[in-house]
Amino acid sequence: MKPQVADWSTALALWRRLALAQLRQQPLRLWLSLLTIAAGVALCTAVWLINSSALQEFNRAGRRLAGDAELSIRGPAAGFAESLYADLARDPAVQLASPMLELELALADRRGTLHVLGLDPLRAAPLQPALLAELAGESLQLLTGDGLYLSAAAALQLQLQRGDELAVLIGAQRVLLPVLGVLSDTAAAPLGLMDIATAQWRLQRLGVINRIDLRLIDAVDARSFGATLQRRLPAGVIAVTPATADARMASATLAYRVNLNLLALVSLLTGTLLLLAAQSLSLLQRRSSLALLRALGMTRGELQWALAGEGVVLGVLGSLVGVLLGQLASAALLGWIDDGPGMQGLTQRLLQLHPLAWVGFVLLGTTSATLGAWLPAREAARRAPALALKAGDAAVGSEGRHFPRLGVLLLAIGASLAWLPAVANLPVFGYLAIALLLLGGLLLAPAVCGWLLAHAPRSGQAVFDIGLAQLRGSGRQIALNLGAVIVSFSLMIAMAIMVYSFRESFERWLQQSLPADLQLRTNGDDTRALSVDEQQQLARLPGVARADFTRNTQLLLRADRLSVTLSARDAVSDAAAALPLQQTAPAPAGARRIWISEAMQALYGMQPGAQVELPVGGGTRWFVAGVFRDYGRPGGAIVMPRNDYLELTGDRGVDQAALWLVSRADADAVIAAARTLSESRRGIELRATPELRAGLLRGFDRAFAITYLLEAAAVLIGLAGVALAGAAAATARRGEFGMLRHLGMLRRQIVAMLAGEGLLLGAVGMLYGLVLGSALSLVLVYVVNRQSFNWSIDLAIPWWQLGALCAALLAAATMANLLSARTALGVGALRAVREDW
Amino acid sequence: MGTNIPLLSCEALCKGYRADRPPVLQSISLELNAGDYIAISGDSGVGKSTLLNLLAGLDQPDTGRILLDGCDLATLDDDQMTLLRRQHYGFVFQAFHVLPYLTVLQNVELPLQLLGMASSDRLQRAQQMLAATGLGDMGTRYPRELSGGEIQRVAIARALVHRPRLLLADEPTGNLDPRTAQSVLQLLRQQLTAAGGAGILITHSPAVAASADRRYLLDGRSLRPME
Repeated sequence: MKPQVADWSTALALWRRLALAQLRQQPLRLWLSLLTIAAGVALCTAVWLINSSALQEFNRAGRRLAGDAELSIRGPAAGFAESLYADLARDPAVQLASPMLELELALADRRGTLHVLGLDPLRAAPLQPALLAELAGESLQLLTGDGLYLSAAAALQLQLQRGDELAVLIGAQRVLLPVLGVLSDTAAAPLGLMDIATAQWRLQRLGVINRIDLRLIDAVDARSFGATLQRRLPAGVIAVTPATADARMASATLAYRVNLNLLALVSLLTGTLLLLAAQSLSLLQRRSSLALLRALGMTRGELQWALAGEGVVLGVLGSLVGVLLGQLASAALLGWIDDGPGMQGLTQRLLQLHPLAWVGFVLLGTTSATLGAWLPAREAARRAPALALKAGDAAVGSEGRHFPRLGVLLLAIGASLAWLPAVANLPVFGYLAIALLLLGGLLLAPAVCGWLLAHAPRSGQAVFDIGLAQLRGSGRQIALNLGAVIVSFSLMIAMAIMVYSFRESFERWLQQSLPADLQLRTNGDDTRALSVDEQQQLARLPGVARADFTRNTQLLLRADRLSVTLSARDAVSDAAAALPLQQTAPAPAGARRIWISEAMQALYGMQPGAQVELPVGGGTRWFVAGVFRDYGRPGGAIVMPRNDYLELTGDRGVDQAALWLVSRADADAVIAAARTLSESRRGIELRATPELRAGLLRGFDRAFAITYLLEAAAVLIGLAGVALAGAAAATARRGEFGMLRHLGMLRRQIVAMLAGEGLLLGAVGMLYGLVLGSALSLVLVYVVNRQSFNWSIDLAIPWWQLGALCAALLAAATMANLLSARTALGVGALRAVREDW
Repeated sequence: MGTNIPLLSCEALCKGYRADRPPVLQSISLELNAGDYIAISGDSGVGKSTLLNLLAGLDQPDTGRILLDGCDLATLDDDQMTLLRRQHYGFVFQAFHVLPYLTVLQNVELPLQLLGMASSDRLQRAQQMLAATGLGDMGTRYPRELSGGEIQRVAIARALVHRPRLLLADEPTGNLDPRTAQSVLQLLRQQLTAAGGAGILITHSPAVAASADRRYLLDGRSLRPME
């Protein structure tokens, strides 16, 4: 007789009965598992939504300004001769050319700048139809007026309306620009719009433009024309397609976005591991009833699907809740960033649907949860029914396959991958190395935990020795329970070491980069510069012993990269003292020297000892005399002696100064004296260096707050796993506790035993996490950080912080077990043993 | 303690769980002297487990009192009762209840370790006990490596290793085949006598009950001696 094959409807009905009934039976496990999956998915969703929203906003603003141009010719803020426009307009490949002057104007009566676009409305109209449409028929007034139009966002921010005047700084002069009107736009980015001729006149840039937008004839490909054109353009002027401009912003922020997304994924991974541990324990407890199902005729496959189905249910429900929470959190955070605290705009943001992303995150969460349930289900289904029936429910075994060799292999591969270079400016192999180290670490955990427990000394006290024996006897389950903690804690350790190393390096860099007593800088704009008179006045202030000045300008060396900051500095001859140099090369006599930041090495391939050309001083060759560390300019920085810069450009303005005071001089008095100088007080910021350093360090800490937040979430999820596993194990061991109470073990001794187990378990997880986390920190410090941001940091160990983290983990693990003990003993020894009496 | 005082004395024990139902036990009295070995039988639900819980000090009677060597269990708090159990009680369960992660020897050592006995002494005593129960060469094995009868022997060794004054055994052979059950009962009796303690055996089986010196029938209202 042939056995009957079960059909799908039978299997589904069976699954519904088994999976749902089981989930109903263990509400604590159900809710905690749901919560961890939901938390992981929520973090992933929120981080992705925030990142994509920021990028979309950036690209929208860029496209609004770029309009329908197929190619844009861009130069530095200082601009290039407008004759280039005439040349290009005559090019047969060019259908339409629109000249522009695009500047960041220094505001005179307040801090900050305003982005201003000077354009010819008649030529710009076909290329920027959306932008010009906002003028609503007032183009003529733009041509005739000598002021500017403000976008609605700019008018709101500056509190100005038609007829008011905007005060800006040009050089050291205060210039008043009438507000001709307010654009009816809804874009978030503040913007000023001027006629190009007015802009050249009022902003003192006669004969100069810095951007030309082009529309090409149909037969011409923008990319290839741009490449050809590039050879005709003056140094420092480049041809950019809109796609390249979008990609530049995307690539500039890619490393930050990827890092944040990966951190969020860690929470999901932790949740998956937790589910795996919880399911594993639950299936172990149910082994005899599962064996009974097999004995009754359920096939191995049916049982496996039925058990994995529990994970599917948890995954779908948890992911749906997580996506909703993530949407809510991102809407609240974006609303808070844009509008401040409150409910303003929250509803509108909540209604911005991202169905594809939602589906993606629900699938991600469901897959993770299914995977977390699948592995234990597979093992449970493979278990021999006869053995499981004999062993009974109470047996907490340590059976199961171990993969220590695979773990070692993965660790070795991970360590090797860490040596490989970046791919597309991303530390792809660094991330892979971290993933493999984590996975290898997890696979090796049962063996290492077993070894550690086997070597833990016996105390001779029954209470602690029983606890130790229990832990030794269930090493595999312990490693599973610890999996989530090991992942989250080791990453927390790695992040703590990385961030501390970065902070220490950053602080040292600040001290080296800001050696003077006072620092002066302009508003970070294109138009404000200190005149020679102002420089002299500052240098002659009472109490000032020495004043070094710097001229910063932006160079666009490649279309797909952020601009490079060129700093022409006084007193750079002793570069070793003035710059945090990492590498040097002896310069030949008479060579014009420059020093480059580490980012220049990574992004442009410049090396110490090389001769390079820059769009400064015509065909001058510059000798790269050294590489310095720079955390301020991710696009790259070049330092050159100001004498050389002056000689080659004639630009005598400066935008930054370092002032050394005579001994016992009062810094506040010098600052007050500087403010009384008639011109210098406008558009500049003069601060004592310690105060500036402290402010920058506060900014650093704020920037890493989100990182700590994400990591804390992962650790909390991991600890929830420990609590869940502890509670489940304690419940499963009620019979054992009851027996021990019969034998004369006091209630508090059982509590102490469980607390001791928690402490020991926490200690094992802590030791393992410390070792694994330290290894991961090396990859973060020397590979991921270096390849993501193109700067180096020195390794530093935050002993106190690590100590606090370890103490917190031990306390949490102990507390989790104490709570479990209370729950398990709450029902009393009597009931626990009555099940057998 | 005086020599005329019985080891265990139960006087008019009553115990109920719900006010709307009759009590499970009504006016149960029993006396047991050192060396006595009795069996209590009864149908399911007549209160055998309740009586054992009361005798072990794991539950309190509604009325009546239990004296062990003249000491009223009701006067002891939870810790004192636990310490009393640790020192003077031994338990054998139907479901064995040995700790799966301890070796056979460690399981047997457990009561001695709880009593704070020195390591060498308790090792010697545990090994003697294992030898006496026929498990002398199985000390390093884990319970999962033993048969049901062998596990119950471990449980008996653990119950008697500290020489308790009172042994409470609940269906000690309920999970064993008749042949193994017979040898386990013999062992239990033999070791209890050697330890000088008294024992109460709870069982459904007349054959098992026959191994005791005296037999009682519990029907909830009374505990009657059986002929």
